[in-house]
Amino acid sequence: MDQTLIWLDIGTLDDIPRQGSRVLHRDGGLVPIAVFRTVDDQVFALEDRCPHKGGPLSDGIVHGHRVTCPLHNWVIDLATGGATGPDEGCAGSIPVEVRRGRVVVALTPRSTGGGCHG
Amino acid sequence: MTHTPFPMRRRLVVIGNGMAGMRTVEELLARAPGRYDITVFGAEPHVNYNRIMLSPLLSGEKTFADIVINDRAWYTDNGITLHAGDPVVAIDRANRVVRSASGVEAPYECLLLATGSDPIIIPVPGHTLPGVITFRDVADVDAMLAAAARGGRAVVIGGGLLGLEAAVGLKARGMEVTVLHLAGHLMERQIDVSAGWLLAEDLKRRGLDVRLEADTAEIVGIDRVEGVRLKDDTMIAADVVVMAVGIRPNARLARDSGLAVNRGVVVDDLMATSDPAILAVGECVEHRGVCHGLVAPLWDMARVCADRLAGLDTSGYEPAATSTKLKVTGVDLFSAGDFQGGPDCEDIVFRDAGRGVYKRIVLRDGKLAGAVLYGDATDGAWYFQLLREGADVGALRDTLAFGQAYAGGAQANPSAAVAALPDTAEICGCNGVCKGTIVTAITTQGLTTLDEVKAHTKAAGSCGSCSGLVEHLLAHTLGEGYEAQAVKPVCGCTDHDHDSVRRLIAAKGLKSIPAVMQGLEWKTPDGCHTCRPALNYYLLAAWPGEYEDHAASRFINERVHANIQKDGTFSVIPRMWGGLTNPRELRAIADVAERYAIPTLKVTGGQRIDLLGVRKEDLPAVWADLNAAGMVSGHAYGKSLRTVKTCVGNEWCRFGTQASMEMGVQLERMTWGSWTPHKFKMAVSGCPRNCAEATIKDFGVVATDGGWDLHVGGNGGIHVRATDLLCKVTTAEEVIEYCGAFMQLYREEGRYLERTAPWLERVGLAHIQARVVDDAENRRLLFGRFMASQRHAQSDPWAERAAGKEAHEFTPIPITRQAAE
Ligand code: SRM
Ligand SMILES: Cc1cc2nc3c(=O)[nH]c(=O)nc-3n(C[C@H](O)[C@H](O)[C@H](O)COP(=O)(O)OP(=O)(O)OC[C@H]3O[C@@H](n4cnc5c(N)ncnc54)[C@H](O)[C@@H]3O)c2cc1C
Ligand code: SF4
Ligand code: FES
Repeated sequence: MDQTLIWLDIGTLDDIPRQGSRVLHRDGGLVPIAVFRTVDDQVFALEDRCPHKGGPLSDGIVHGHRVTCPLHNWVIDLATGGATGPDEGCAGSIPVEVRRGRVVVALTPRSTGGGCHG
Repeated sequence: MTHTPFPMRRRLVVIGNGMAGMRTVEELLARAPGRYDITVFGAEPHVNYNRIMLSPLLSGEKTFADIVINDRAWYTDNGITLHAGDPVVAIDRANRVVRSASGVEAPYECLLLATGSDPIIIPVPGHTLPGVITFRDVADVDAMLAAAARGGRAVVIGGGLLGLEAAVGLKARGMEVTVLHLAGHLMERQIDVSAGWLLAEDLKRRGLDVRLEADTAEIVGIDRVEGVRLKDDTMIAADVVVMAVGIRPNARLARDSGLAVNRGVVVDDLMATSDPAILAVGECVEHRGVCHGLVAPLWDMARVCADRLAGLDTSGYEPAATSTKLKVTGVDLFSAGDFQGGPDCEDIVFRDAGRGVYKRIVLRDGKLAGAVLYGDATDGAWYFQLLREGADVGALRDTLAFGQAYAGGAQANPSAAVAALPDTAEICGCNGVCKGTIVTAITTQGLTTLDEVKAHTKAAGSCGSCSGLVEHLLAHTLGEGYEAQAVKPVCGCTDHDHDSVRRLIAAKGLKSIPAVMQGLEWKTPDGCHTCRPALNYYLLAAWPGEYEDHAASRFINERVHANIQKDGTFSVIPRMWGGLTNPRELRAIADVAERYAIPTLKVTGGQRIDLLGVRKEDLPAVWADLNAAGMVSGHAYGKSLRTVKTCVGNEWCRFGTQASMEMGVQLERMTWGSWTPHKFKMAVSGCPRNCAEATIKDFGVVATDGGWDLHVGGNGGIHVRATDLLCKVTTAEEVIEYCGAFMQLYREEGRYLERTAPWLERVGLAHIQARVVDDAENRRLLFGRFMASQRHAQSDPWAERAAGKEAHEFTPIPITRQAAE
């Protein structure tokens, strides 16, 4: 797999609502990315597609380091993309950092996001 | 006056329907039921209640019903004659009869005095002005609540236990509060200087104005209280002054009837006064020169007294050490024994400034003599146990201050710690119930809940601060068989249920989600998808116009004002008032559908048109176009008013008796935009044929020849429920007022996500009728509150968003550039 990372600057922390998220569309039919900001101002990014039936995670309620999918209430761990509780499945997790107040996400040119970590 | 020569049963008269008197009667009934004909006189017009809980009653954390100890049925079931609100004014000892204020005469063979104490009023100038209140009974709490309802400022004189609980309660009720305390630190009789300082700082942080070494010179005012002047001439404005400077045994009757009285009614170890036919218990007594002001010693007295009345052997009353807690939510304070120390004592002090913890343990001759804990009182019960046992703590000395977890190998796990306690360890300090008693009750009587333990053992029945310990005991004793919560918490983030969250939001003046989570000790940093929307609703309902809606705590539909579909697109349903539309609206809908390539148009079950499959980014533009044709959001997504279905009514229909379309439009115009616990649907039918299906709606109106039938609590859905008839009215104005009042009652009482049907079944139709139908004044007030909050609710969320509000929801992150490394 191509390991080169391209870091994209997607704006400031304040562009993402606290306990909320923004969507980043991608070209080439790739699944959009949901960028989340938690109550303690940490930033996470996942593919915007619930492992259950594809619900848009960016429309969910963010609580702690988790998001609840708006369609059937699966609860997804933001750090790993993994479904919590009894459910199983994983939304691809994408590296994201805050550098000098700017939010940057890392994309391998053709990847569809990482697997489940942790 | 007749005297029955050979009474079948002996007559016991009790003067004082308070805590000590009724505890004695309870103990007596347990030992010798039926031995006495019992008559009780109480000066207060209430049944026996838990006086300790007046503080949470004041702050709003409890209701009067919560603090009743014995209700009317208890008196009846036990054959007790109760004269409530009728004080005894004279005791005729020669003829053995008492006389009440209303003239009732009750003969006795045995008399029990349990008249409690009177609050002390310092006789400074102005002390008789209206607005000067004490803190002793329900009437005092009512007076304080009435003052708090008018808002303004309160001055509390006295920074002891009662004064501080009054001050915090008044603050919770929205008053500005100043506490004046004569001594150099608060609660100086229970805690030392350091703990007093921490307490004062904590109270200041909660917004109380605490003034030490403040000596009151005068209460000023002409017709009523206007302020307090101190001896140093400082003036403090006040609309109400609460005097909480101490209590004095109420021994007036005893003194008047010639019994031996010093400060209190003098009793011996068997609770007998100088007249052997008269016993006395409670705060009115003086035993070995000491008067008591806490319940624990009174319970011991009650046991001795009941033994005597039942004709059993008793070892007599022996005073024991007592402990104190301050019942202010969020302040952890414990004190017991001699905490001042002295030359023959050794102090162990532990501080943790970061956590605001202070502990001071006083040792005398290698034994624990006293303890003051502030900021972390979890080990209070353990220290108190060591103190009462007079245990030799020399070996524990080095780790004593760290608490039980570090002493003698007991585990830090609270359940294990409780398990490690000996059977003689006291669990409930108020009622003197030890571990062995509770465990035996659980195993022999098959108890499985906290309430049952309370009922059988009295543990946790007074101040309740040992409830946690009792739960641990239940868990430990029953193992797997124990399910902790009787009430269902809102979710895993809290132990509070919906009703207590609502009550506490109002009582503590909590006005934001973080404030609720802090104040009610949420277990997660920011809740979850279950509790946050509920809290957001409760705050909106409690503080209309003041609370700012928290978008991140709403489900996506309510956040973006459209319904999410399975493919992530949205549906849009504009309002069609009463199901009526016109060519202009229909044309605009058609244009919008074409312009934004909306795949599906459908007529809904709610008499309007649904545009399905709208892309999220297009929503603001779609709304702008619909707004331009005069249409607003139909709230088809909301826990709010949905639709008002109508039939054609007498405007067209040959059977119609009233104008149902007009009525439907009027109701929808009045109620649209309102947030409710769950969705709220209405319908108006023009005659009893009921073509609008009004009898499965939350509020259904069916026209008749003479007026309107109002139906409530209907529901379609999985469990169909037909409405109940609320009442019949004649005018359209009445329909409007009843509708608003009913909706407001539901808004104030319904639990989040509870529709009117289950709410009605929970509270009962009669409950709703009593408030909305029978009580015209209350109906008017409910309606007023509904209309007041509608003033803040009726702005179209679509127009706001079309104008740019919450734009981040609808605009993706713009195409981005590569970051600089
Ligand atoms: C669109 C509509 C069906 C239709 O095409 O006719 C509809 C669609 C949905 N209904 Fe309904 N209900 C619709 C009328 C009804 C009715 C009929 C009525 O209102 O007269 C009922 C039965 C009456 C009642 O509510 O008592 C109805 C009972 C339900 C229920 C069960 C409610 C209950 O208390 O048991 C749900 C589930 C829920 O709310 O939890 C529900 C939930 C839903 C949801 C919101 C499911 C969801 O969560 O996504 C559907 C949303 C679809 C969408 O995006 O628009 N819908 N739903 C109707 C919209 C009416 C409107 O104009 O606003
Ligand atoms: C706000 C508040 C908080 C408290 N908090 C605590 C606490 O946390 N812990 C604790 O241990 N203690 C606490 N106490 C103290 C505790 O409530 C008392 O120790 C206890 O109520 C005393 O019981 P009693 O029966 O002696 O008096 P009471 O409970 O006062 O009962 C006496 C009753 O006799 C009635 N009476 C008086 N004269 C007559 C008459 N002539 N005829 C008929 N009836 C008469 C009175 O109206 C009263 O109802 C608190 C008290 C108050 C006011
Ligand atoms: S009946 Fe079921 S499928 Fe049809 S709209 Fe209502 S919820 Fe959806
Ligand atoms: S699609 Fe996310 S829970 Fe079903």
